[in-house]
Amino acid sequence: MKKGNLRLIISLAVVALLYVGGCLIEQTAGTKSMIVTVLQKGAVYALIAVSMNLLNGFTGLFSLGQAGFMLVGAYSYAILTIPMAKRAAVYQYYNGGWVQFTIGVIPALLVAGVIAALFAALIGLPVLRLKGDYLAIATLGFAEIIRAIVQWDTIGPLTNGSNLLKTYPTLKNIMPGNTVLFTFIIVGICIGLILLLINSTYGRAFKAIRDDEVAAEAMGINLFHHKQMAFVISSFFAGIGGALLAMYQGSLQANSFKSSMTYEILLIVVIGGMGSVSGSIMASFLFIACSEWWLRFLDAETMLGDFKVPLLAPGFRMVVFAVVIMVVVLFFRKGIMGDRELWELGGRRGAKGGRSVK
Amino acid sequence: MKKLIALLLAAMLLVPAFALADNVIKIGVFEPSTGDNGAGGKQEILGIEYANSLAPTVTIGGEEYTVELVIEDNQSLTDKAISAAQSLVSKDVAVVLGSYGSGVSMAGGDVFAEAGVPAIGVSCTNPNVTLLCDYYWRICFLDPFQGTVMANFAKELGASKAYVLTMLGEDYGVGLGKYFVEAFKGLGGEVIEENFTEGTSDFAAYINNAVTGGCDVVFAPCATTYAALIIDQAAAQGVTFPLLAGDTWENSAILNAAKGKDIKVYCSTFFDENDDAAAAAEFVSGFKAWLNADGSKLTNNGGNDIVAAVSALGFDAYNVALAAIKAADSEKAAAIAEALPGVTYEGVTGAIAFDDVGDAKKDMAYIKFANPETGAFDFVKTQSVGQ
Amino acid sequence: MFDTLLPYLLAGISVGGQYALIAVGYTLVYGILRLINFAHGDIFTAAGFFMIYLTASLPIGLSIPLVIILTVALGFTVERVAYKPLRAAPRMSIMISAIGVSYLLQNLMWYITGGLAKQYPVLPGLSETIKIGSATTKVVTVVTPVLTIVLVVALVLLINRTKIGMAMRAVSKDFETSQLMGIKINNVISTTFIIGSAMAAIGSMLYFTNYTAVTPTVGAMPGLKAFVAAVFGGIGSIPGAMIGALIIGICENLIKAAGWTAFSDAFTFALLIVVLLFRPTGLFGEKTTDKV
Repeated sequence: MKKGNLRLIISLAVVALLYVGGCLIEQTAGTKSMIVTVLQKGAVYALIAVSMNLLNGFTGLFSLGQAGFMLVGAYSYAILTIPMAKRAAVYQYYNGGWVQFTIGVIPALLVAGVIAALFAALIGLPVLRLKGDYLAIATLGFAEIIRAIVQWDTIGPLTNGSNLLKTYPTLKNIMPGNTVLFTFIIVGICIGLILLLINSTYGRAFKAIRDDEVAAEAMGINLFHHKQMAFVISSFFAGIGGALLAMYQGSLQANSFKSSMTYEILLIVVIGGMGSVSGSIMASFLFIACSEWWLRFLDAETMLGDFKVPLLAPGFRMVVFAVVIMVVVLFFRKGIMGDRELWELGGRRGAKGGRSVK
Repeated sequence: MKKLIALLLAAMLLVPAFALADNVIKIGVFEPSTGDNGAGGKQEILGIEYANSLAPTVTIGGEEYTVELVIEDNQSLTDKAISAAQSLVSKDVAVVLGSYGSGVSMAGGDVFAEAGVPAIGVSCTNPNVTLLCDYYWRICFLDPFQGTVMANFAKELGASKAYVLTMLGEDYGVGLGKYFVEAFKGLGGEVIEENFTEGTSDFAAYINNAVTGGCDVVFAPCATTYAALIIDQAAAQGVTFPLLAGDTWENSAILNAAKGKDIKVYCSTFFDENDDAAAAAEFVSGFKAWLNADGSKLTNNGGNDIVAAVSALGFDAYNVALAAIKAADSEKAAAIAEALPGVTYEGVTGAIAFDDVGDAKKDMAYIKFANPETGAFDFVKTQSVGQ
Repeated sequence: MFDTLLPYLLAGISVGGQYALIAVGYTLVYGILRLINFAHGDIFTAAGFFMIYLTASLPIGLSIPLVIILTVALGFTVERVAYKPLRAAPRMSIMISAIGVSYLLQNLMWYITGGLAKQYPVLPGLSETIKIGSATTKVVTVVTPVLTIVLVVALVLLINRTKIGMAMRAVSKDFETSQLMGIKINNVISTTFIIGSAMAAIGSMLYFTNYTAVTPTVGAMPGLKAFVAAVFGGIGSIPGAMIGALIIGICENLIKAAGWTAFSDAFTFALLIVVLLFRPTGLFGEKTTDKV
């Protein structure tokens, strides 16, 4: 017990340190620098990856619908927060659109999550009866259908059709100079809630379903009820994640929420370790740092004196990246963390399935 | 640990930035060189590079500064555009040129605005590029104008029912399509509107819809990738009515698609290489010589030395940026942004002066015909609104 | 009425036949490995690029067999490198590997082609236009359904009449038992990948003759649709895959005819979900029981 407390305190201290560090980096490096971008986007992806891990890693539901729910969240957020004065210009083809009110940023984030969760509840009713890869392909299909509907011209006054949404409050409008802190706080609260859930009775039921559906059912766990719950909660946070992504990007278009986005998040989860929250978080920052920043030199044709470095050309970065991912998938199937958490390292080897927290 | 590595890397990246600091001013080039609009983006970059080869330095405060072009590929995608823009900003560019395609410009605009870096739109024609971004200026005409021009032209060709086909999610095409529809209906024409999704390769049904709908003109502003397929499919189905589009279609891909086929393709554009104004003629001959001297440049231009309008615009954009730097007499982005609205410049694509929103006041479009026999664009006429 | 619908039907049958050739690869692989081979659509795209690069220096007659050989080699390699090591792993891992391969192939093609659309070469005899009734179309539209039926019949014969076909059926019925019976599982699996890739290569020639721009992601959508066709027809059934593909191709074009073009892709997925919910075994699939 005492040891557990100590570990909790250390974990909280590390988290606090990360927050202070993130803040300091932004203050010293300035908003223009790439590291701030990485911290912002990495945090947003961390939330989305953890939400996907809740489904794929903790409940064993192989869902590929994450991009669809992010899309719903992002659009809900943007539609509700575009300032009245800008609506006429943004909805230039739809006479200013249907929605003629705005709400605050934090309520809008919540609403974004709730609407995404509502969509999930509706979709979950039929889809969660499917198993394994059929579930994967059906959720992938629903994400594509959501995207088609959002781009549909008839509801253009609501969604602006296939056109860009802009001018809603972004990270930089809310806490100028402290964008990293803002992102970290929102993402931190959300991931904290997910962690609490995972360590509750519900979380243990999720893991039981993952490890053996039939046994879980025999133990009296209502399979559908719990799957539905995991699906809805995961989508709720994916919705908030989508809204944060919209805030980070500053402009929003349904077109970018393709299945390839879901694949990227899935690969992050795999790299971090299926069933490890801290793994997903680390993998998100690594993934974003590599793709946005560290590996960018691979895309530039480089001359060392008179010698032209071979292979370096636009697109090489993504090839290297994909090869690394394949190596992880094939040879390090457990990812960075396996199904253990950072704060469990050094202690007792985490037994599969259950682990005591308090 | 990770943070430490990150900090170390950040430090490593900062070192060369200090080392290079002697009298260099960086101009960001924010263009697609891959993706749907990659072909056009490359031609725009060529124009900028040519301008840079003619004027590689600029004098600021009595000292000579070398202009360094920093080129980032926005991949024709709005989400990738944001990372590309961030990358440019993090490299401390003083001013940005680009992009080909309106959606990417609108997406990148926020990043530039937040960093206080002025951007000069080269061939992004959607009104919202400048309207919704205080740091975007633009040197080409706008879609409401272009749409009206093409609607007028369609009427002149004797069309009474138009089939308008655009790609979902492409701000450029959807916007231009809407303005065309508005203008064409205003002239008493009928319209059928349809969309296709990104990555579509099967255009048979769309062309069928145009034929069975009794349309006598097609207006399909879209990326050249799809344009080639649409032309191919229209020719395969033996349509006799003309195909019209906006500035993106002025590209070798269109010529190749139309070559040897029985099809009529028209587009509107910003510039004509047979323009006999002295500045334009000098640009055309110089640019052709520059292209022909280097095989890789010729490849980037689509394998021939036809001067694309976007190359001419790229050329002008670079010179406008230089004029702004001179007017500001500073290498600071903020000062350049302040000086830019007052800049006037006599470019090869016409006179450039900005209005309150930041748009160049341009009121002439060139209409061209893709000649299937010669495989070149024939100049048809210049058109302005209100004739 | 028929005159107006004819061009849509033709386009639908033609694209349906092309989906069918891709769907064969899905249905065979899924039948045996229970794996949605997400990379199959990218192998189809790669076949398109092979043709473009080969015809740049070789005559068409030589290029066509070479394209098939290269595509088969690619499919074979993907299986050996990315799926075989995971045979004992949970099914989720092998599916993730498939997604990873797809990601790798797309990025690789992007890198090699410079991210620009490439023009598919003109295949003599297929690209000419002909008139059928009131509709004008390319020869390939007529060739596709015929060639598809011929290939499907040949494949069904192969599976029902030959030794390797019998082995394939046995493996798809019961993986472990057939292993115990002395069937070389790895050879059978490689064979399915070889057949699937060869079909995809032929499909790509027909498909790209009609839709001539090849980009690194062009195969993703046809790939997914072909998979839906395979599910619709009943996983493991080759005639089922063909019929499913034809229905999807025709429906898609009729939806476009009705003016709902934006929803033509979404329709395929809606169909998939309906099939999965009400008849998970598809039109011709065999009933399976869940094993505990």
